[in-house]
Amino acid sequence: MIAAEKISSTGKLVSDFEEVKKTLPGNSFVQNIRQKAIESFAELGIPARKNEEYKYSNVQKLFADTVTLSVAEAPFSNISIQKYLIPNLDAHTVVLANGVFSEELSSLKNLDKSIVVSSLQNAFEKHPELIEKCFSKCADINSDAFIALNTAYAADGIFISVPDNILVEKPIHIINLIAAKESTLFFPRNLFVVGKNAQVQLVETFETHDLPVKAISDSVTEIAVDENAKVQYYRLQNDCENGQQINTVCASQQKNSHFDTNTVTLSGGWIRNNLNIALNGENCETHLNGLFITSDTQHVDNHTLVDHRKPHCESNQTYKGILDEKSTGIFNGKIFVQRDAQKTNAYQSSKNILLSDDATINTKPQLEIYADDVKCSHGSSTGKIDDDALFYLRARGLGIASARKLLLHAFVNDVMQTIRINALREYLETLIHKKLGE
Amino acid sequence: MLSIKNLRAGIEGKEIIKGFNLEVKAGEVHAIMGPNGSGKSTLSNILAGREDYLVSSGEVSFNGKDLLDMSPEDRAREGLFLAFQYPIEIPGVSNINFLKTAINEIRAYKGLGPMEAKDFLKLIKEKQALVELQGSLAGRSVNEGFSGGEKKRNEIFQMAVLEPTLAILDETDSGLDIDALRIVANGVNKLRSADRSFIVITHYQRLLDYIVPDFVHVLYDGVIVKSGTKELALELEEKGYDWIKKEVVEA
Repeated sequence: MIAAEKISSTGKLVSDFEEVKKTLPGNSFVQNIRQKAIESFAELGIPARKNEEYKYSNVQKLFADTVTLSVAEAPFSNISIQKYLIPNLDAHTVVLANGVFSEELSSLKNLDKSIVVSSLQNAFEKHPELIEKCFSKCADINSDAFIALNTAYAADGIFISVPDNILVEKPIHIINLIAAKESTLFFPRNLFVVGKNAQVQLVETFETHDLPVKAISDSVTEIAVDENAKVQYYRLQNDCENGQQINTVCASQQKNSHFDTNTVTLSGGWIRNNLNIALNGENCETHLNGLFITSDTQHVDNHTLVDHRKPHCESNQTYKGILDEKSTGIFNGKIFVQRDAQKTNAYQSSKNILLSDDATINTKPQLEIYADDVKCSHGSSTGKIDDDALFYLRARGLGIASARKLLLHAFVNDVMQTIRINALREYLETLIHKKLGE
Repeated sequence: MLSIKNLRAGIEGKEIIKGFNLEVKAGEVHAIMGPNGSGKSTLSNILAGREDYLVSSGEVSFNGKDLLDMSPEDRAREGLFLAFQYPIEIPGVSNINFLKTAINEIRAYKGLGPMEAKDFLKLIKEKQALVELQGSLAGRSVNEGFSGGEKKRNEIFQMAVLEPTLAILDETDSGLDIDALRIVANGVNKLRSADRSFIVITHYQRLLDYIVPDFVHVLYDGVIVKSGTKELALELEEKGYDWIKKEVVEA
């Protein structure tokens, strides 16, 4: 199943779909959604700069060169994934090679039999009821061109189902690897279904395995968090400079559930993260934390959307950025508090340090509040390293380099402390240490 | 130990220190007093190496080396310590980690290897007792959420750990209640020794009841206008600064 077509525009992506769709997996339910999705994409098109949502992230430039579509190719194997494992992390590992589930590279032994971790293709066949309940539900094909495009073309990805009342003891580590010899467009699609009273920790890492050319990944992950479930979802983007990602995560929470997520971006040429959380039940809690440390000409754009639809929910966002050289960062945080969502607590903070005069950050909070009994706040700050603190440390004998490093570590510390898997936090600390030491 | 000759310096084009002279020998405690705006804090900032201040002329030699030529960190490594008037809060940096880094960088400067963890902990424990600082404070972020008194005690604690040869206390007494003042002063007194000198900068005589100076200098409009022994401080306490100002004007 190889569909390799040169594409470069909305029109080509739409017309190619006619040919490609015959090879795409899924029953009539899924095919029907794909059809609607491509129609939506045709209408939305690849967003232009004048589109407010993509004002600072020029996606048209990304699609200016011709790329090859990669749809449901066999995953590459014959590689060692040793270097992509996190030291001391005792986890089940799942490998997505070029967006396709690789059974060979994954290691899922000792996983409770009731828990499903498989390819999405497999889920299309084996779990049609869950697919019909959860696929393309919280990722709205009419809301964003890249959700639409992914939904139309996506052939595979990871499917995880944790049934009611199950606690997954070890974290599940999802390793995304990209390897391509020519410019390629990938469509990974994940679906995580977490049942009532269930608990799971998910760690997702993004790396390029062998990528001498630029690749684009348009990925969508849907997470359905049922009543009283607790989900921790950590993402580490540690790509090489040729990795370009438009990464959308949509979570939907039912009542009394907890969803905590961290997005850490250390490397990668061009990254857009969309994180959309819908609080569909009362008494939900959600924590969105993010950290990006950029250099060179890196571009990292974090768009968050928290939609408070029911009363008594709490959302908390802390995003921090350290930007060096000619890198650019964006934080756009939207909070909706719907009319029903009384007693909402919604907080947002975006803090950034610019290490160079050529680095840029754009931050924009957007609060739309339709309920009258809520507590909402947002704050944003951008500055340099605090000169007074730097002097204080130097006056105690610390050299400039180590004083700066200490202050930058302190700056990211509160985000790091929200990572509750020790091995992961330690690993990140090592990576951050290395990145800041450059 | 420290020799300041005809120092002129200021900030943002405004001259504040206008021909300042001071000789401090090993083991001596010098108090510098003066009314607000006389240049006390400017002096301590210049000695510690704050880059916002510009020295236009004069010399400062510290143990025979040109102090003004050194970076702030090298001054600290050479044995100079400034207890800040307003200690900075640094969220996320633990006191312990900060001091460990400081000690090891100072040691590296002197060609020594890092201090053994065991020795470091022993040192911390011992010095904490000296300033009656609770163990939990040492483990917290530098000055974060500390009361005024705790911040000043933390300065003296850092001084005790770093064991400087010259310590400058910049209005360490300001904002302290009498108990905190006594604790801070006791800490300083225990650190007094034949090879360690202090410059105690203060607005009030009160601190000098506890830290008894060998010399007292009155700084006014950027120069020392009067020097004496501890009795001078008592006189100032009694008469205020006005008579000094008058003397200067008349002279």
